[in-house]
Amino acid sequence: MLNEVTLAGFGGQGIMTTGKFLAEAALGKDLEVAWVPSYGPEMRGGTAYCTVVVSDRPVGSPIVNNPNIIVAMNRPSYDKFEPMVKSGGLLLINSSLMDVKSDRTDIIQVQIPCNQISIDLSGTGRSANIAVLGALIGASGILPYETIEEVVTRKFAKKPKVLDINLKILRKGYELGVEAAKG
Amino acid sequence: MAKLLMKGAEAIGEAAIRAGCLAYFAYPITPQSEVAEYLAKRLPEVGGTFVQAESEVAASQMVYGAAGAGVRVFTSSSSPGVSLMAEAMSYMSGSELPAVFVNIVRAGPGLGGILPSQSDYNQATRGAGHGDYHFMILAPATVQELVDWMIKAFPLSEKYMNPVMIMGDGLIAQMMEPVDFDSVKAEDIIEVESWATTGAKGRKRNLINSLFLDPLKLEEFNHKLAAKYQRMAEEDVYYEKYLMDDEPALIAVAYGTTARIVKTAIDVLRAEGMKIGLFRPISLFPFPKVELREESAKDHVRGFSVVEMSNGQMLDDVKWATLERKPVGFFSRNGGIVPNPEETIDFLRKEYERTGA
Amino acid sequence: MKTIFERPDSMTEKVTHYCPGCTHGVAHRLVAEVVDELGIKDRTVGFAPVGCSVLIYEYMDTDYQQAAHGRAPACATGTKRVRPDLMVYTYQGDGDLASIGTAEIIHAANRGEKITVVFINNAIYGMTGGQMAPTTMPGQRTTTSPMGRDTGSVGFPVRVSEMLSTLATPMYVVRASLHSPYNIIQAKKAVRKAFQYQLDGTCFSFVELLSTCPTNWGITPTGSNKWLEENMLPYYPLGVFRTPEDDLK
Ligand SMILES: Cc1ncc(C[n+]2csc(CCOP(=O)(O)OP(=O)(O)O)c2C)c(N)n1
Ligand code: SF4
Ligand SMILES: [Mg+2]
Repeated sequence: MLNEVTLAGFGGQGIMTTGKFLAEAALGKDLEVAWVPSYGPEMRGGTAYCTVVVSDRPVGSPIVNNPNIIVAMNRPSYDKFEPMVKSGGLLLINSSLMDVKSDRTDIIQVQIPCNQISIDLSGTGRSANIAVLGALIGASGILPYETIEEVVTRKFAKKPKVLDINLKILRKGYELGVEAAKG
Repeated sequence: MAKLLMKGAEAIGEAAIRAGCLAYFAYPITPQSEVAEYLAKRLPEVGGTFVQAESEVAASQMVYGAAGAGVRVFTSSSSPGVSLMAEAMSYMSGSELPAVFVNIVRAGPGLGGILPSQSDYNQATRGAGHGDYHFMILAPATVQELVDWMIKAFPLSEKYMNPVMIMGDGLIAQMMEPVDFDSVKAEDIIEVESWATTGAKGRKRNLINSLFLDPLKLEEFNHKLAAKYQRMAEEDVYYEKYLMDDEPALIAVAYGTTARIVKTAIDVLRAEGMKIGLFRPISLFPFPKVELREESAKDHVRGFSVVEMSNGQMLDDVKWATLERKPVGFFSRNGGIVPNPEETIDFLRKEYERTGA
Repeated sequence: MKTIFERPDSMTEKVTHYCPGCTHGVAHRLVAEVVDELGIKDRTVGFAPVGCSVLIYEYMDTDYQQAAHGRAPACATGTKRVRPDLMVYTYQGDGDLASIGTAEIIHAANRGEKITVVFINNAIYGMTGGQMAPTTMPGQRTTTSPMGRDTGSVGFPVRVSEMLSTLATPMYVVRASLHSPYNIIQAKKAVRKAFQYQLDGTCFSFVELLSTCPTNWGITPTGSNKWLEENMLPYYPLGVFRTPEDDLK
């Protein structure tokens, strides 16, 4: 089993954290994992991305040209990464911030209104990165939902109120992800 | 202990503490400033010492001072900063002091860029400063190895009374991987009273010095250093052989990050039936010369293929070690670009075909 | 017979290599006497500079470490920080401290390192044969300022004590001179005070000692003392520039 997931958005969207949650969840399942951030000149212009490699064997190259799963949280990320999705892979689009559809027929694309989910359940769009994490798991099934839930619970353990809301957002994202992948 | 997901740079700091090193002096530089940031928080918790120096020149001289006083100490930097440490490196080698230096290499020359590179291989293995000296150079490829070698580096530096350098790149320092800090056992520092400047209480005074006015004595000292490096080559050479048990026709040679890319490439090519193995030097000095030379003498080995993020620095060592008995091919990306698996696969495939296996 | 003068316990029996009339030997002795008087010989670590006094560890009978040119304050920082109970001092010339090691001295002082610095200002690079130092006097001839120091092209001599005194960190900064017996007694008091501040863990302490280099000045030893008095004293006024007591008021 080898999953290479690239998550991209603009700085401040919490996309690096989303990647870390995913990596920790994989570690919790005793899988091999590497979380590789973008750093350097590529970070300019406000886009940030990270790649999470999850495997049942030691991770060889942490450098991935064509991930099988890509999450695009904003338009610049979509433009940059849409062509890179591995054939047969999954492209997850944050439809709250862009109205696009890829012309590619060799990939599965899923539209999830991540900011809207967050706004509906918390009043702000700040937890869009949690919504997309749920959606990613729902649409790809790369890890059991419980492992992600566990990590989120651990991360917000000190703030019960915030935790409660985030778990709801996570669940909503997950459900929409499962549904979208079916359709 | 359960594995922690940790960034390479932070793991360096934590590993040092686990190794019993409670003193760190440094000057910030990308892509490894997180070592200083981590230790600025962490060292006070364990009663350690951290000073942000005014420059790498000063940071390395602080290391020299602390090492002279007989405590475990380390510093970390990236290429341009390491160039500024050349002076202290030479002094510490000449004074025979143990300490650990970390170079998270970025692309040069000059200000260069901050992305991963292996272009400081020559600087590291040949000794950046003046004089006839070497550091022991260790090049881990994963965050776990980074931790393991950090913990082993201190006793190694004390065994030889010689600094040890851990060499990585921005990828290893910036990425997070699971680490187990107990995977190797930390060892206590050796006796220091006989040589360190701890205050001459009840003993003759100790001098930490590298000045020899008598050329014969200095020559003798240099011979002593040469013997020390020879001993390293006999007792502390480290490498990994990956898929080399079934008489591969081609042996790829790569270290650190590039070795990981090569492993992925080899996995793909093996699935196509190509018998390719990887020889990965971990100690770049002492270089695993004997082992590579042995490989070069084997009939089934038709060639070597070096992959490196430089214009061919380790390449020279591979040619020297193998006596060029078999053709040595070379593929490089430079300037901060990590070779991707696809181009590495293409290169190795052509190399394999070239060997006519 | 009563002994009225002897070698300080903290000095070895080795005869120094300094030129006749050089005040490096006097400065060594002052430091050794203070180390004896404070009873800190067995916990003192000195840092040798690169300069004429590079071999100071041959003469001082305490633990010693050789620093690279100008870096002694950084090295001393390393030792003091990891072994705060040691008495750590540097001994540095003006080329070492005021030229190549400017960054190291300023930052060690500014961090308030609890070390002592003995700074030998002889207005010249002694060891390398009399080149211009940052402290060389206006008009002073040296091998690299053969027409005399031209302040228009190389600036005026650096007053290190005054410069350090601008730092806000509490510290002890004093300038004394070694050109006459009276001044040597004053210098000894300054050195002693500087070490005492370190012993008490109070602050960074810095003693500038105006010194002579008859050989490279090209003047006789007595002439050198006079030259120092006439040329250096007006530009480098003696006295205490900073005390931690004033700073902390
Ligand atoms: C990096 C470096 N540059 C230059 C030298 C050569 N050098 C040795 S001593 C010295 C100047 C010493 O002058 P000063 O510090 O004033 O000491 P003095 O001899 O006057 O006591 C120089 C330039 C050196 N040893 N190292
Ligand atoms: S050259 Fe000058 S400083 Fe050096 S020993 Fe001679 S007199 Fe002293
Ligand atoms: Mg001088």
